[in-house]
Amino acid sequence: MKFRNNRVMEKYSIFIVLFVMIIICSLLNENFLSTGNITNIIKQLSVAAILAYGEMLLIVSGMLDLSAGAVLALSGVLSVSVYKSSGSLIIALLVAVIVAVVCNIINAIMVTSFKAPPFIATLAMQTVARGIALLFTKGQNILQLDNYVVFGQGNIGPIPVSIIFLIIITIIIWYLLRHTRLGRSLYAIGGNEEAAVASGINVKLNKYKVFIINGILVGIAGVLFMSRVNAGLPNGAVGYEMEGLTAAIVGGTSFSGGIGTTMGTLTGAFIIGCLNNIMNLIGIDSYVQQIVKGVIIALAVIWDIHSKTKKTTKVVLVEEKEKVVSN
Amino acid sequence: MEPNIKLRVSQIEKSFPGVKALNKIDFSVRKGTVHALCGENGAGKSTLMKIINGIYKPDTGQIFIDEKPVKILNPIHARSYGIAMIAQELNYVPEMSIEENLFLGRLPVTKYGKVDWKLLRKKTIEFLSAEGLPYKPDQKLKTLTVSDIQMLEIIKAINNKAEIIVMDEPTSAITQREVDILFKKIEVLKSQGVSIVYISHKLDEVFQIADDITIFRDGTVVESHRASDLDMDKVIALMVGRKIENVYPKEEIKLGDKLLEIKDLCSTGVFKNINFHVSKGEIIGFAGLVGAGRTEVMRAIFGLDPITSGHIMKDGQKVEIKSVKDSIKNKMVMLTEDRRRYGIIPIRSVMENASISILEKIIYGGYAHEREERKIVGEYFSKMNVKTPSLETPIQSLSGGNQQKVLLAKWMLRNPDILILDEPTRGIDVGAKFEIYKLMSEMAKQNRAVIMVSSELPELIGMCDRIYVMNQGKITGELQKSEFCQESIMKYATSTI
Repeated sequence: MKFRNNRVMEKYSIFIVLFVMIIICSLLNENFLSTGNITNIIKQLSVAAILAYGEMLLIVSGMLDLSAGAVLALSGVLSVSVYKSSGSLIIALLVAVIVAVVCNIINAIMVTSFKAPPFIATLAMQTVARGIALLFTKGQNILQLDNYVVFGQGNIGPIPVSIIFLIIITIIIWYLLRHTRLGRSLYAIGGNEEAAVASGINVKLNKYKVFIINGILVGIAGVLFMSRVNAGLPNGAVGYEMEGLTAAIVGGTSFSGGIGTTMGTLTGAFIIGCLNNIMNLIGIDSYVQQIVKGVIIALAVIWDIHSKTKKTTKVVLVEEKEKVVSN
Repeated sequence: MEPNIKLRVSQIEKSFPGVKALNKIDFSVRKGTVHALCGENGAGKSTLMKIINGIYKPDTGQIFIDEKPVKILNPIHARSYGIAMIAQELNYVPEMSIEENLFLGRLPVTKYGKVDWKLLRKKTIEFLSAEGLPYKPDQKLKTLTVSDIQMLEIIKAINNKAEIIVMDEPTSAITQREVDILFKKIEVLKSQGVSIVYISHKLDEVFQIADDITIFRDGTVVESHRASDLDMDKVIALMVGRKIENVYPKEEIKLGDKLLEIKDLCSTGVFKNINFHVSKGEIIGFAGLVGAGRTEVMRAIFGLDPITSGHIMKDGQKVEIKSVKDSIKNKMVMLTEDRRRYGIIPIRSVMENASISILEKIIYGGYAHEREERKIVGEYFSKMNVKTPSLETPIQSLSGGNQQKVLLAKWMLRNPDILILDEPTRGIDVGAKFEIYKLMSEMAKQNRAVIMVSSELPELIGMCDRIYVMNQGKITGELQKSEFCQESIMKYATSTI
């Protein structure tokens, strides 16, 4: 039964990491575990976590999205300006989601119909979306958002709206991966696309679906982001796709596809969120913070590869091949 | 101890999580001989070879070369001891040229450290002409066929001045003509004092070239003998640990109505005017050389590749098959060739690999019924004798035969009327082969139909009611059971009517 125990350890190791981290953080600073600080952490990580879900779904199915940050900014500024002219929060939210979904459908067309590698296709989208956002706002920030800030700063009862968004989205994503055919299909597509085709899975349709879901998530993240900073920033959220990717990878999503979970990704986002928070609390230089985060990403990826090498012989062979090549 | 022992391993043990892959292995190879390893998949042959090649480290035990103890750290290190391995999965860089692949890792350099392309070209040309191979040195590997590449791999190993060559299923992807060339090559190597460890499931080949035979079962060496002291039945019995009385469990079934009929199926440049049928209770075979178009026809019928004209009739009704989904709806399934590429989803569990075909049966009413899934899949696995540590085990850690059984279970879960098998027994062991044959017979008994594409004539002859033969994208012959013989099949397979 040794085998099983290893699997269990592997399955929960990420949660243990977070747990240990929380203990260490609370020892480093007594304010860390205060309700105010914890709420603050979750509020701050919600945008990254929502983006991370989109990235996780894409990585699981063998793709990724480099355009998330730029599309977030585009849908955010459009949403903000629609709010300013219409005054309707619902329409503002819808506009953000629709804009982000359209961008992601274009991503999906490039990836499925034109067989562009997701890396390149979404990189192009990143540049284009950022360009449109800047063009539309003439490079100016949109200020005075009035009631729009309710998304990022308001509360329903004692709970912040952004946390409610995060909870609902988490449940939906978890359900999607765990309890729908789409979820199983995504794992199969990322695990071996050709085998998925030969098993009767409509790979193209599923890739569209996952990009559309990503679009919805990015759109919501756009609204939360803009309302949290109380401005429409066409230059905002630069590199946020990396925040999402980092959380997904730290949370155990395998970059080679086919592996990744909702709770893992959320935990990944929490680990990054707690790390940011504690480093601020104990006053670590922000440049040093970047270095620490980089090191964490490297460790997460090394861990991912290491645990796979132990499990399979095939990976060993591939590495041997690489060794031979590099010699 | 015998004289002239080139390679010896003593008391080698190796465990993986959950399994003891090798248990106190003793084994030795004489200089200038061919030593064949026989055993079912998962018996430990490949693991032992990987230890000898330095890919795995043994838990305990010792390797001796020329009776001197050695520690082999990695494949490059193994090469320095004169050990070369021709892996079952080919190692090559498709985008690189023949010359680059041949000298990969050993490209000649000038004294300034720049690659000496002129010398490389010269060496390659010398080499290719010495071996009588008609390739250009700057041809990219991806333009060659699998069998050409296999030959190059073999030659590459020889080119390395190896003293011990491990060949893991070297003939699984090459044609008979090339097998003959390979065997001649092996004879030459033997006379030069090279020792060869030869792993193959094809026992006729083993008896053709082996001097010694060692039989593995469940991670131990069962017996090791001179080939002349053994025969095929004995080897099979030792491999599986029991006697298989009837290798081909084919039963006589009264045939029913035509179940599937293919009419004038064409795909431009791939195959032409394909007409055949299969009746209820029938097993038909497709023979032909590699590249005859058999796989392509089956893929088109299954909805994986498009057709240009012609139609498919099931139960006398015309059916539209544009995708795998359509095919599944018509209760037709296909076990594709090349398990690794089109079959398994390596990192996912064996359960998910099987249940992917019946997602709508386990995910309904808004959620996934995992308990039902475990039950359905588990029952089928035990019916098909799938050996796996648990249902959560990633399929990639199973042996080839067990992977194949999982994939078969996946399709049988759909309860198909028509089962298409494309090279179902390639690279799998005798025991798993027998399970697959049994399943085919079972299908026929239930008045369903089986179509088997195979390059192994004995199994076609043993299992089928009728055999179609293809060559160059056309059906060139049809043989009834009374007409079955290897010679006439080969005649049709090379004819160009």
